[in-house]
Amino acid sequence: MIGLSHYLIVSAIIFSIGLIGVLRRRNLLMLFFATEIMLNAVNIAFAAISHYYNDLTGQMFAFFIIAIAASEVAVGLGILIVLYKKHGSLDLDDLASMRG
Amino acid sequence: MENLVYIALFAPFAGSLFASLFGMKEREIFVGVVASILIFISFLASALLAANLYMTGEVIHVRMMDWIAVGDFNVGFGFVVDHISVTMMSVVTLVSTVVHIYAIGYMDHDRSFNRFFSYLSAFVFSMMILVMSDNFLGLFIGWEGVGVCSWLLVGFWYHKEDKPKEENPSISPSWAANEAFIMNRIADLGMLIGIFILYWNTGSLRYDEVFAQLPYLSETVLAGAAIALFIGAMGKSAQFPLHTWLTDAMEGPTPVSALIHAATMVTAGVFLVVRSNPLYAMPEVSGVSMFIASLGTFVAFYAASMALVERDLKRIIAYSTLSQLGYMFAAAGLGAYWIALFHLAAHAFFKALLFLGGGNVMHAMNDELDLFKMGNLKKEMRATWLYMGFASIALAGLPPLAGFWSKDAIIETAFNEQTYILWFMLVVTAGMTAFYSFRQVFLSFHGEDRHTPLGFHPHEMYTFALVAMFPLAVLALITGWFMSAYKVFIYHIGESVQYEMSEHTHHLAIYLGLLVIFIVLASIAYAYMKYARTGDKAWKRDEAKEQGFFYKLLKNQYYVPKFYEEFITKPYSMISEKFWTGVDLKIVDATVDNIAKFFYTTGDKTRSMQTGNLSNYLNWMAVGGVILLAVAAVSAIFM
Repeated sequence: MIGLSHYLIVSAIIFSIGLIGVLRRRNLLMLFFATEIMLNAVNIAFAAISHYYNDLTGQMFAFFIIAIAASEVAVGLGILIVLYKKHGSLDLDDLASMRG
Repeated sequence: MENLVYIALFAPFAGSLFASLFGMKEREIFVGVVASILIFISFLASALLAANLYMTGEVIHVRMMDWIAVGDFNVGFGFVVDHISVTMMSVVTLVSTVVHIYAIGYMDHDRSFNRFFSYLSAFVFSMMILVMSDNFLGLFIGWEGVGVCSWLLVGFWYHKEDKPKEENPSISPSWAANEAFIMNRIADLGMLIGIFILYWNTGSLRYDEVFAQLPYLSETVLAGAAIALFIGAMGKSAQFPLHTWLTDAMEGPTPVSALIHAATMVTAGVFLVVRSNPLYAMPEVSGVSMFIASLGTFVAFYAASMALVERDLKRIIAYSTLSQLGYMFAAAGLGAYWIALFHLAAHAFFKALLFLGGGNVMHAMNDELDLFKMGNLKKEMRATWLYMGFASIALAGLPPLAGFWSKDAIIETAFNEQTYILWFMLVVTAGMTAFYSFRQVFLSFHGEDRHTPLGFHPHEMYTFALVAMFPLAVLALITGWFMSAYKVFIYHIGESVQYEMSEHTHHLAIYLGLLVIFIVLASIAYAYMKYARTGDKAWKRDEAKEQGFFYKLLKNQYYVPKFYEEFITKPYSMISEKFWTGVDLKIVDATVDNIAKFFYTTGDKTRSMQTGNLSNYLNWMAVGGVILLAVAAVSAIFM
């Protein structure tokens, strides 16, 4: 029987994968993918807990996150294209220009 | 009438503000003229108030506005014009008017001419608040105001350099100003405590309310208040042991010495005792009053003795002021408050005249004050000679001049109270006073001409300044004649100021007076023999005598300034040095410095985090997230 804990474990694993992506990747596009993965991991946890408590609020919240993630990606991709046109690269190591 | 009160009070203030508008400008004669006119208006208003009080006997109370109102505590800016305050107002504004006009001439060549008048008028305003206030707090404000103005004016030539103490005992104007201010600060603490005691026990600060409650207070409270208030008076009136500042304050311009350090401010202490006469007249504080009388007599004698050997013209006059203040306190301490007040007024006139004459000499001799370098000045400065001789006769106390009547009344009071020791000392002091004041006159104006060989070419003061001094000379002559009229006038204030000689004293008064006159004449004759002759018998400096023990003791002011320097100033500066290096630098400053250093080094070390690489930032953010999670987990477990 698949229970709540299984879902949460899957969610945690996916979140960790996303986090490792955020920490290790150097390409901005890949960073976006990684954050999307983290967001979806949270969505899974929301949906599962919502079902567990018989409360629809969590699932509604997941929908909100999907909508906001979509708009965020739309804006983010626009910025990425401008950045690429300007620098010819999306590698973070090349983009570092504000050393303290 | 109420308007007259405000005019008398605020005309000097307007003059001060007006002059301060031109404070940084070049010398403008009209500034001095306008300030003098405004002071004169204030004098007219005071004189009208005095006349009104004399005619109708109606005491005027005005309450300008609320000042401090907190809970039960309520003090207003209230003023009272009664017999005591109107005497002071008239004296202060009259002497101020003369001094203002005189100062236009005296300060003629000074580049800070306008600034001088702004300070001088501000002083008159503070003095008016002091004498007119109807409560102790207003009195205190005026008291501090005159202190500040005195500081500003003594240090008026603040740019003069410090000199070693052997060369100039008062070092420099700014040093003298600070000394005066700090000594007064010490005494003012006593006065504040006195005011607190009275408020604590009567719940009011207004004179009439406080005095009405005096009979219900305990002996300790009364004595405490009387002692504490008198400590304040000792500072302002330069009584022993807080007297050293007065002679050093002679560093200020001479009009300032005449107005502040002879006629008005230094008499504020006497005024305070006279104002608080219901308190000092209480039988419970008779010990304090006796102390005041004894201290006054002692100071009279002590200051006169130092004046005997002094060479500095202005310092001699300063010592005589100190000595006369002693006389006033002697009278006030013995309960003859109105005689003290009368002597205050008479003294203000002839002493201001004497000081302004001294100013003429100083002006003529290019600021040289050493009597040994003068001699026979009367051939160049006839008017000044007459003025100073006249003022000296008044000071010495010969009839019919003002000084005779008031001083003789004080000596008589001491006899009447059967305090024969005080009486004897006061009589001896009267002889000394006559000697040193005529020693000064003879050394400067008579005898051999010693100044021409030294290259001095004295010239007489401006005529208008000499004319301005004339009213003072007239008053120095006639004031004494109105003594019995003044007695009737002041007796309206209440029973506590009334003082009558006993039948016995009255009987002997003529002989006592003649005795004093004889001693005074003998002293003057001795001074004449010693200092005024020319030719073979001319006075010569006696170097051997100047090395004598008593001469050196007096010359060094009984080593009191030396004592203060060795036992107060030096230990204090040593302690200050220790606190500075030990506590301030090593603890306070070090703490502040280390806090700053901590933040500085932390910033410097963590700066390397900011690589500009977004990936690194994200890593740091993850580290922060982990730390927060760990903290949350730990606190969840242990809480």
